[in-house]
Amino acid sequence: MSDRMEAYRYEDGSISYPGHPLGPDGSKPVETVDLSEYTATVVTWTTSTATPPGVREPNTVAIVEFDVDSEPVRAIGQVTTDEVETGTEVRPVYTEELRDPNEGIKVPESQAWDGYRFEPL
Amino acid sequence: MGERMERVAIIGASMTQFGQREEWICELLVEAGVACLEDGGVDPAAIEHLYVSNMASGEFEGQTGIMNALAHDLDLLPAYAQRVDQTSSSGGAGMYAAWQSVASGASEMTLLVGGEKMTHKTTAESTDVIASITHPCEYKHGLTLPSFAGLTARHYLERFDAPRESLAKVAVKNHKNGVDNPHAQFQKEVDLETVLESPVIADPLRLYDFCPITDGSAALLFCPESVAKEYTDEYAVVSGIAGATDTHVVHERPDPTIMAGVVESGAAAYEMSGYGPEDIDVAELHDMFTILEFLQMEGLGFADQGEAWMHVEEGRTDRESELPINTSGGLKSKGHPLGASGVAQGVEIYEQLVGEAGPRQVDAEVGLCCNVGGFGNCVITTIMEAAA
Repeated sequence: MSDRMEAYRYEDGSISYPGHPLGPDGSKPVETVDLSEYTATVVTWTTSTATPPGVREPNTVAIVEFDVDSEPVRAIGQVTTDEVETGTEVRPVYTEELRDPNEGIKVPESQAWDGYRFEPL
Repeated sequence: MGERMERVAIIGASMTQFGQREEWICELLVEAGVACLEDGGVDPAAIEHLYVSNMASGEFEGQTGIMNALAHDLDLLPAYAQRVDQTSSSGGAGMYAAWQSVASGASEMTLLVGGEKMTHKTTAESTDVIASITHPCEYKHGLTLPSFAGLTARHYLERFDAPRESLAKVAVKNHKNGVDNPHAQFQKEVDLETVLESPVIADPLRLYDFCPITDGSAALLFCPESVAKEYTDEYAVVSGIAGATDTHVVHERPDPTIMAGVVESGAAAYEMSGYGPEDIDVAELHDMFTILEFLQMEGLGFADQGEAWMHVEEGRTDRESELPINTSGGLKSKGHPLGASGVAQGVEIYEQLVGEAGPRQVDAEVGLCCNVGGFGNCVITTIMEAAA
C-alpha cells in the first residue's frame, strides 16, 4: 500500500508515470516525484459499460496531464464521477481497492490494487 | 537485406468458417492446416517448419503445446514447430517468423497456421484475458482494449473535428464487404442508423464500432520463389515485411492519434519492398475498432494525420474505389479470432493477388496488411505482390 502516486524523473529531466528502470535514450531514474501533490487536466476520457470481472460498471476513466514544474507527465485512471469533460481540472484521490483482485484473470498477489482516482476540482 | 537473397513466395492459403464454432483450438488448427496443404498441393512430408499463431490457448481453454499437437496431427514430423504469441498481432508475427524461416534458408517449405477458440467464454471473461496484456497500472483501473479505443476515438473526433458518423461508416463499409465473404462471421449489411443507435460500449463508441468475439483458424504456405515455381504459376511474393513495438503503457505516447508501431513497421516494409503508399492497390487493416482503421490509414501514409475520416466519408476506401480497404469484411464483420486474424489478412491479400477472391475480387498487383497487437503495442506490416 502506498499513499504516493510515484513517478520517476530521469537524468534528461523527463518524468514518466509509471516509472521504468530506464528512461528516454537509456537515461537512469534520478528521483521520484509524488504526482498526488499536483493537479492535472483531462486530455480525453471514456465511460466503459462492458467491464471485465471485478471492475465497477460503468467505469469512467481518463488520460490526464500533470504539469510538474513545466514538465508534462501523463497518467491514466478511474474518475470519481461520470461527469467529466476534456479540459476538466482534476486532483488524484487515494483509493484502497480500484477493482476486486479476486475476480479477474491475474494472480492477486502479482500486483498492487490500490491507487489514485481523479476527482474534478 | 542482401541483394542476392531469394524472394519468399506464398503458394497456398485457407481459412475456416469464422464465428461461433463447436470445435476446440486443435481441431480448428487442423481444419485450416489440412485445407492449406491441399490448396498448395504440398505433401505434409515437405514441411520443414511449422508456426502456430495463437495468443492464449492456455488461458482460454487450458490447452498448451498446440504447435506439437498440430505437427503430429498433420503428420509433419519431424518438422520444427513453434507457437508464436504477439497478442492480437500473433498472426502477423507468424507471417514474419514464416518469412524469416524461408528467407534465412532454414526451411524450404513452411506452414503457418493461426487460430483462436474464444466463444465458450463470456464476453467479460474474454475481455479480461485480452486486458491482461495491459500494464499493471492500467489493469488495476479496469482498462480494457475497448476503453482505449473510446479514449482515442474521443480525442480524435474532438481534435480533428471529425463527425461521429465517419467512424460508423467504417463499420457500414466493412459489413458490406463481409457479405461476399463466405467465411465471415457476419455476412450481413448494417446501416448507419443501426451503428449509431447500438448500445454504448466505451463512449463515444458503440457496439457496432467493435469486432465480435470469434472462433476460427487460417493458414498460409511459404517457400522460396524457385520452389514455388515447381508447384504453380499463380503465387504471391512477400515484397516487404517488418514489425515494430510501441510503449506498453498506452498513455505514455506523445500523441494518442499516432501509432508509432504502425508508422515504423509500415516505413520499414515500404523500404524493403521498394513500394510506397501510392503503389498499394488493396489493403487489410486491423479494424478491431473503427477508430483503428483511421489511425492505420494515417500511419501508413494513405491519408494525412487527422484526415482519414474524409477519405472514408468520400468512399475512397470502398471496394469499387481507388484504395479498397478490408475487402474481406475486416475484423469487424469477418470476426477476430486473435491468433488467426493476421493470417486471415494475409489470406485475403493472397487471394486478391492470385485472383481467387471471387465476388470480392479487385484489380490488384500489390497489397498490404497491417496487424495490430494490443492497442498498437506490437505491429506487423506486410506487403505482397503478384508473381511477375
